[in-house]
Amino acid sequence: MTILEVNNLRKDFKAPDDTVRAVVDVPEFQMRLAEQIALKGESGSGKTTFLNLIAGILQADSGSIVIDGEEIMSLSESKRDNLRARKIGYIFQTFNLLQGFTALENVLLGMSFGSGVDEKYAQHLLERVGLKTRAEYRPRQLSVGQQQRVAVARALANRPKIVLADEPTGNLDRKRAFESLELIREVCTENGAALLLVSHDSEILGKFETVQNLEEINKCS
Amino acid sequence: MLLKIVLKSLRQHALSTFVTVLAIALASGLVLSVFAIQKQTYAAFTGGDIGFDAVLGARGSQLQLVLNTVFHLETSPGNIPYSMYLDIKKNPQVELAIPYAVGDNYLGFRIVGTSEEIFTKFEYRLGQKFQLEPGGKFFDPGAKEAVIGSFAAKETGLKVGDIFQPYHGLIFDEKNRHNDDYRVVGILQPTNSPSDRVVWIPLEGIYRIQGHVLRGTGENFTAEENAEIPVEAKEVSAVMLKFSSMQAGMNLDQTVNKQGKAATLAFPIGRTMAELFDKLGWLNRVFELVAYLVVVVAAFSILASIYNSINERKREFAILRALGASRPTVFTVILLEAVTIAAIGTLIGFLVFAVIMSATAYLVREQTGVVLNVFRFDSMWIFTPVLMIAVGTLAGIIPAFKAYRTDVAENLSPTS
Repeated sequence: MTILEVNNLRKDFKAPDDTVRAVVDVPEFQMRLAEQIALKGESGSGKTTFLNLIAGILQADSGSIVIDGEEIMSLSESKRDNLRARKIGYIFQTFNLLQGFTALENVLLGMSFGSGVDEKYAQHLLERVGLKTRAEYRPRQLSVGQQQRVAVARALANRPKIVLADEPTGNLDRKRAFESLELIREVCTENGAALLLVSHDSEILGKFETVQNLEEINKCS
Repeated sequence: MLLKIVLKSLRQHALSTFVTVLAIALASGLVLSVFAIQKQTYAAFTGGDIGFDAVLGARGSQLQLVLNTVFHLETSPGNIPYSMYLDIKKNPQVELAIPYAVGDNYLGFRIVGTSEEIFTKFEYRLGQKFQLEPGGKFFDPGAKEAVIGSFAAKETGLKVGDIFQPYHGLIFDEKNRHNDDYRVVGILQPTNSPSDRVVWIPLEGIYRIQGHVLRGTGENFTAEENAEIPVEAKEVSAVMLKFSSMQAGMNLDQTVNKQGKAATLAFPIGRTMAELFDKLGWLNRVFELVAYLVVVVAAFSILASIYNSINERKREFAILRALGASRPTVFTVILLEAVTIAAIGTLIGFLVFAVIMSATAYLVREQTGVVLNVFRFDSMWIFTPVLMIAVGTLAGIIPAFKAYRTDVAENLSPTS
């Protein structure tokens, strides 16, 4: 079953000298349910923009993106927000945890705009990522690796159909990077969520069965 | 969860939240106080417990007459012959007529010469006559005795058995001490009325105080010890009146004020005071304006405080949006912050109000004896919170719109 289908997707940006430049120009891209794909791409190759387009954070100039049967390009912004909350989990390189909130509250926050707050499940997710005893800690009281694990738990809080991970190990040392990657892959598998991970780290990419080169998919890279 | 986001944000910006809440508290406290003071002073001075319907006094200002005799403020507009008191006392439409003679003080508290009917017949509040503290008695009309109002007794320290000498004039000046000795025979229980500030002595006592000159006949007369004072020589500052009906007051108003030229009848007392308040209406408008200006300043402080925090919080909004929060949700969060600040500020504003009102009530009581009821419910208790929350909401709109426009992708750095 196809969970993500991208066709003729194009996004242009205006350069400071007023010239228009395409950053993303992807004729075709697909993912099946529970599939795990790593996207390889150098810095500035449009990886983040591609993920933001899929997440509905950015509006494409043309093309189509279908997630779990819903064409997001035709949706209004608020409906795209809603779809993002319900079906997409997003893990950022810098984790993007809210500093004023505890680990548990950060996970609950992820739920509050989607399926609704379920504290028991949030606790379960934190336990799953090994932070059962750190649920009431704020991000600054956690190590970098622990913060990453909170971000993973939050991304899965709404039982998403697809998890987008943008250089999720970029801020971690080698050992923690592999541990974190394993964790992300495992919890996605357990939750039946597809995983689309972008990275330029060849060792990280080497852990995936399917690696696609964004420079080959994206015509303007 | 939205409320949690709001409260956490307010806590994260504790200092600016505190300052803004304080501004709102002062503004709402000021609005509540200005209107409450206006209403309560108006009510207390125009329709409060006075006990009399009218005051008969020298030809002149009705307002001066009322202030001088009812509130024991201001100077006396002059005297009227004692015979006028005797005449009006005989009027069948007059239920009670009590003479007042003023002109002396004790340490700034006014000495009023009067008849014993002030204690036996006068009701300062419906059904309530002056009551003595234990161990006291009312004065003997022929003796140099005094009965002291509760506040005056407390402030001067006078107690039953004490001897004091009056001072000439209505304003205390230690150089103007009379040599007459008066003995305190009773202390009155508190009445929460201007009478609490009065030192009551017999009317005859005023006439006989050393140095007092009577001009009831038009010629100077000085009372001699043990010699009777002729009625023609006697005079009073005013006669306090209670009528059998309001119609009686209207009839006397016609006779004294419109047809006669010898005296003035201040009737009804409440209306006379209301005219004063009406004349001072512009002052109230100024106070109201100042209060509303403070509200506007407080509103701008909410706006500035939240608006300035938006830039540093763009990432937070971007994260919320990335998690699925819609633009209206982010807008609502900021608006709720403004409303929460306004609501907390208004709650604290009630404390500010209580402090201002307590201080005002204390000062008004000290200066006039009139008691303001600080905690009497007023419609402003509803209107002010509604006003402040509306102001808070309005002040929150601009920063909320700024947050609404936050670009998600731009603020979810870094990009790769």
